[in-house]
Amino acid sequence: MQVDIHAPYKDRIRQALGDPNLRVAVSKATDRMDNARNASMDEIEGERLRSQLRQMKQNVLRNWPDYLQELETNLRQNGCVVHWAEGIEDAQAIVKDIALQNSAKLVVKAKSMATEEIHLNHAMEEAGLRVVETDLGEYIIQLADEPPSHIVAPVIHKRMEEIAEVFQEKLDMPVTRDPTKMTSLARARLRKEFFAADIGISGCNFAIAETGTICIVTNEGNGRMVSSMPRVYVAVMGIEKLVPTVEDAFLQLQALCRSATGQQFTVYCSMTSGPRRKGDVDGPEQVHVVLLDNGRTRMFARGYGEALMCIRCGACLNACPVYQEIGGHAYGSTYNGPIGAVITPALAPEITQFKELPHATSLCGACREACPVKIDLPRLLLDLRSDLVQQGASPTTEALGIKSYSALMSSRRMYESLGKLASIGSNVYAGMSGGNIKFMPPPLNGWTAYRDFAPFARKSFRDWWKERSKKRQRA
Amino acid sequence: MHKATFERRPERVALFVTCMVDMLYPNVGIAACELLEKNGIQVSFPEEQTCCGQPAFNAGYRNEARKLARRFISIFGPLVDSGEIDAIVAPSGSCATMTSHFYEVIFQESNEPDLTIQAQRLAAVTFELTEFLVDVLGLVSTGAQLQGKAAYHPCCHLYRELGVDEQPRKLLAGVEGLELVELPHADDCCGFGGLFAIKNSGISAAMGRAKARYAQQSGADAVVLCDVSCMTHINGILSREGVDCRAQHIAEILNDQCGSNLRPPTDPTPTPADHPRRWGDVA
Repeated sequence: MQVDIHAPYKDRIRQALGDPNLRVAVSKATDRMDNARNASMDEIEGERLRSQLRQMKQNVLRNWPDYLQELETNLRQNGCVVHWAEGIEDAQAIVKDIALQNSAKLVVKAKSMATEEIHLNHAMEEAGLRVVETDLGEYIIQLADEPPSHIVAPVIHKRMEEIAEVFQEKLDMPVTRDPTKMTSLARARLRKEFFAADIGISGCNFAIAETGTICIVTNEGNGRMVSSMPRVYVAVMGIEKLVPTVEDAFLQLQALCRSATGQQFTVYCSMTSGPRRKGDVDGPEQVHVVLLDNGRTRMFARGYGEALMCIRCGACLNACPVYQEIGGHAYGSTYNGPIGAVITPALAPEITQFKELPHATSLCGACREACPVKIDLPRLLLDLRSDLVQQGASPTTEALGIKSYSALMSSRRMYESLGKLASIGSNVYAGMSGGNIKFMPPPLNGWTAYRDFAPFARKSFRDWWKERSKKRQRA
Repeated sequence: MHKATFERRPERVALFVTCMVDMLYPNVGIAACELLEKNGIQVSFPEEQTCCGQPAFNAGYRNEARKLARRFISIFGPLVDSGEIDAIVAPSGSCATMTSHFYEVIFQESNEPDLTIQAQRLAAVTFELTEFLVDVLGLVSTGAQLQGKAAYHPCCHLYRELGVDEQPRKLLAGVEGLELVELPHADDCCGFGGLFAIKNSGISAAMGRAKARYAQQSGADAVVLCDVSCMTHINGILSREGVDCRAQHIAEILNDQCGSNLRPPTDPTPTPADHPRRWGDVA
């Protein structure tokens, strides 16, 4: 069963859990990437790299406006056109405008989460343009008409057989499950698109403030094609994705490549510092950089600035046992996994719009352990839960339950009485069902739907303690 | 958080038994108490203690959590301040995390500097049981004997928040006769997660079933761990799925409370004597 990302939360989770193939595909791939990351970080002083990167990103956040201005100045000096976009509509309008002014018909795109965030493909298609994703994974899901399910590996939720089916249906590919043949076919198709395209659009892994340089990393070289072949190149970047210096850029690159795929370095790293200059043999005539806020300053003001240090490597997704079970689409948002569960509500106009996500985690902390910036994701998720409660977004029964529980626990007498009652009740009930409790009424039926529950002890620890103390006093 | 270094060997410890151990698994509390006493520690049990407030904190209800945190501090704080006790020991990594990590967080948030400082002072002398036995008392073995195969599961709070991992493994390695086997994907969460187990019960159970599969693959008779909350979850899944393995709290193993064999030779279902759940079975 496929996960419908527009379905309500509970349905999405049910769909995801009901698809055994999804778990196999996702857990196999995330395990591989997680192991590769671990091995690659062990090769070097991984802990030191993480600490250095965290310090660098903290510095960026502390001096955020200054670095942004520096970046803008240097981009302009390099001949780029800089656009500021506050929200989705602004960003869409800016890119559409660029297309219109250049009478563009065909857009080629490199993989980009920022453009996913602003639903750019949809907007461009509505404006009459043809949009082609050129990252192989993105190409596959574009053909399948699905959104990416992983920040780095967009098609992670599909098995090879499913991808073959998509190619057979959409590209008339002869029956094969050979990934090399499938890749060659995609490559041949995409080649033509690169030559014909009017505009190339990419995201931005990061921009270097001191030089005004846009950096994108790919393993397929499509980033370089997108940023150099068409007449016009547009990079859409979140305003947090910057590094101060070239040296910092290489620090981040190391951490990014190792954390994302376990590679020492990606196959390609494409850096663009402005349009084609006199005497250059290639390169775009125009370079536009769209600096996208879309909730980032709001997120900072809300107290979730720490998550703005994220470099989008996807390591937290690969380490997350929840993501392994449900994959990315079940989150129902552009960003998923632990980082998505934090930034989706934190970026949104109201955090209550995504009130389920901060609860879609057992808070095990594997994400923080994997994060190259050591972002304290469990803590941010706990903070979001608290904010949700303060905004009254939690169910009334839950609020009532927690409040009465804390009232009961505030009194030793009530606590002990409750314990006695639970002991008698649960043992009588368990006795009727033969040892373990198999069913409990709502809201506890969530527990017994999947697990048994052993009854309370007949005598509590404190009963034992009291009796022992009495015995000792007598002796 | 800075852990206290003791100039002399601590002699008096207050047991923070945790509400779940108190009401559901008294044997774990008894084991913890006896393990400490066997090693020359004078144990006290402040009877006013109830719950540390973690369920409320975990669910986002910080005012309710603070209410219980204040209560906890008012019970244990004076004992530490007066020198009546040297340390607080809990047979739970999760509850120890709540009192020693998150109390500070919630009182900082509510801008209560006095309570923040008190929370920090308590945190410095709060230990999870195995952490205390190994790091403070310098134990390498508790002298327990047990035949069978055990696999250690590091519970998330203990492992990732408190950074306690070697200590329980060391003590298990010191159990005579016990064969330790590797649990595949050992540091994957079992899926409990407090309110998560109810609110997102489907995902939680799927994670639990993965843990059960790995437990089965490991060939262990028991998955040993340091938290009864995760133990309740894993046992609930194992029982429902009919997997012939069980989760067992480390204190009971270290205190020789599991009989002579983790796996009874004739009957695969644990008998009360081999699997004492209740005080009555032990006494």
